[in-house]
Amino acid sequence: MEFEWIKIPYSMLTLFIVANYGFLLTAVMAKIAARVGRRHGIPVWQNYLDLIKNYGLRSSITHGVMYYLGPVFRLSGGVGLLLFVPTIYGTEMFSNMSFAGDLILALYFVFFGALGMALGAAESGHPHSAIGVSRGLSQVTAAELPFALAVFAVALQYQTLSITEIVAAQQGGVLHWTLFSNPFAVAAAMLSFLGSMMRPPFDVVLAPQEIPIGPPTEYHSSYLALLQTNRAIFPIAKIVVYMNLFFGGAASWPVFFLKVFLIYLFSVFVGVAFPRFRVEQSIRWFLVSAVPLGVIAIVLV
Amino acid sequence: MRDELKKRVVKTPDGQELEIEPLRDYYCEAPPTVMPAAYSKIVEGLFNWARAESLWILGFGTGCGAIEMRPLMTPRFDAYRYGIQWRPTPRQANLFVISGYLSVKTLKRVIRSYEQMQNPKYVVGLGSCTINGGMYFDSYNTITRLDEYLPVDVYIAGCMPRPEALLSGFEELKRIIKSGKAEGANRYAENFDWYKANQKRVIQDWDMPDYNW
Repeated sequence: MEFEWIKIPYSMLTLFIVANYGFLLTAVMAKIAARVGRRHGIPVWQNYLDLIKNYGLRSSITHGVMYYLGPVFRLSGGVGLLLFVPTIYGTEMFSNMSFAGDLILALYFVFFGALGMALGAAESGHPHSAIGVSRGLSQVTAAELPFALAVFAVALQYQTLSITEIVAAQQGGVLHWTLFSNPFAVAAAMLSFLGSMMRPPFDVVLAPQEIPIGPPTEYHSSYLALLQTNRAIFPIAKIVVYMNLFFGGAASWPVFFLKVFLIYLFSVFVGVAFPRFRVEQSIRWFLVSAVPLGVIAIVLV
Repeated sequence: MRDELKKRVVKTPDGQELEIEPLRDYYCEAPPTVMPAAYSKIVEGLFNWARAESLWILGFGTGCGAIEMRPLMTPRFDAYRYGIQWRPTPRQANLFVISGYLSVKTLKRVIRSYEQMQNPKYVVGLGSCTINGGMYFDSYNTITRLDEYLPVDVYIAGCMPRPEALLSGFEELKRIIKSGKAEGANRYAENFDWYKANQKRVIQDWDMPDYNW
């Protein structure tokens, strides 16, 4: 396969659009959650200000090489996930670096950041970080299980591991979406989606009221700014995978924005309605409620 | 000096002998230094603007004034609208609100938390107790003037100041930061010896290094 250099500026453009959309979208979601609590919440541009402030801190301390690499791994997990998945279906410009087996790579990248973060947070030496990491890894692992099952079901259904081909198979009307052709897989994946978005009921890892504040306890200044950038990019990148696999992908940016917003809104909707799970409760919930749906999806395919 | 902070030799399960000196091993002893502003005035202005509009308060309630922070987080006053958020760890916070009277025992924790915050950092004294001791002016175990122990940027008078007063105080702090005059962290570094001497005068059981980040 020939590598085309023009892909690099194209994917940078995708990254730029997605990062900015992510910053605005997370702020809008925070505002929506605040409105449920009868507050007005942060301004929509607050994320940019926090980012500039964190880059502008004059002093920062490091705990070692892994501490430094933790946020870098985390961010490369988010960026990698985004770059190896076609963002806009059917365009050369925004297909990024997608290739025939990208589905497996996407699955790997979803987990990559969490592992990098675990190494980095562990070196910071703060007990709260260690507790947060062990909680986070066990919860993410449990949440990943139904998603993996759903992905296998979808791959079996369409007989391919290429996300582009999966999107192509879903074109031609809403009823061709995996949502309708394989509802069990989508149900399992959406339950798993709740677990990876760090919103209630599955935000015990990061919630400031529990263990302050989990893995990033020691992170500050530019390290924290990298993590914040990832918090804008990673959810969108993950939603792009979901959108491509289950909701027919997006053929243009307006459709992309709308679908990403709605899928994100699903997790916020659940989050404001339900209280927080403890880790052992959430693991049990994933194993009891979500995994059987994934198994059914595979059996039915 | 507490026993667990003393220098000692411990034996590992393998039979290896290790010398442990907690004050040296667990803390950094480097004193704070004056951190220069960004080279360009425009960049520093941008940073100051962002710092002012993104105040992260350390979730540390020292006295009865901490109760006044709750209405700020909740729908009635909702300080998040003004870019004021609460962070649970001193590493990420840049604003320390000393909420009310400060006992000597708490002062020790306040100093440790303050020193762990990153430059630039701001201190707001809330209530009369931080200005002149307030109703605890003759108490045997509360400090009377906060300014002798930490560099304070803004005082909010009152006993207790209402949440509206707090919001107005935060607006005042924003004005000071934007004008580039909120250099409390650098003032602390410049007059480090004076602040340390004041702190050690009131804290009798000083069992930590002089500077612990």
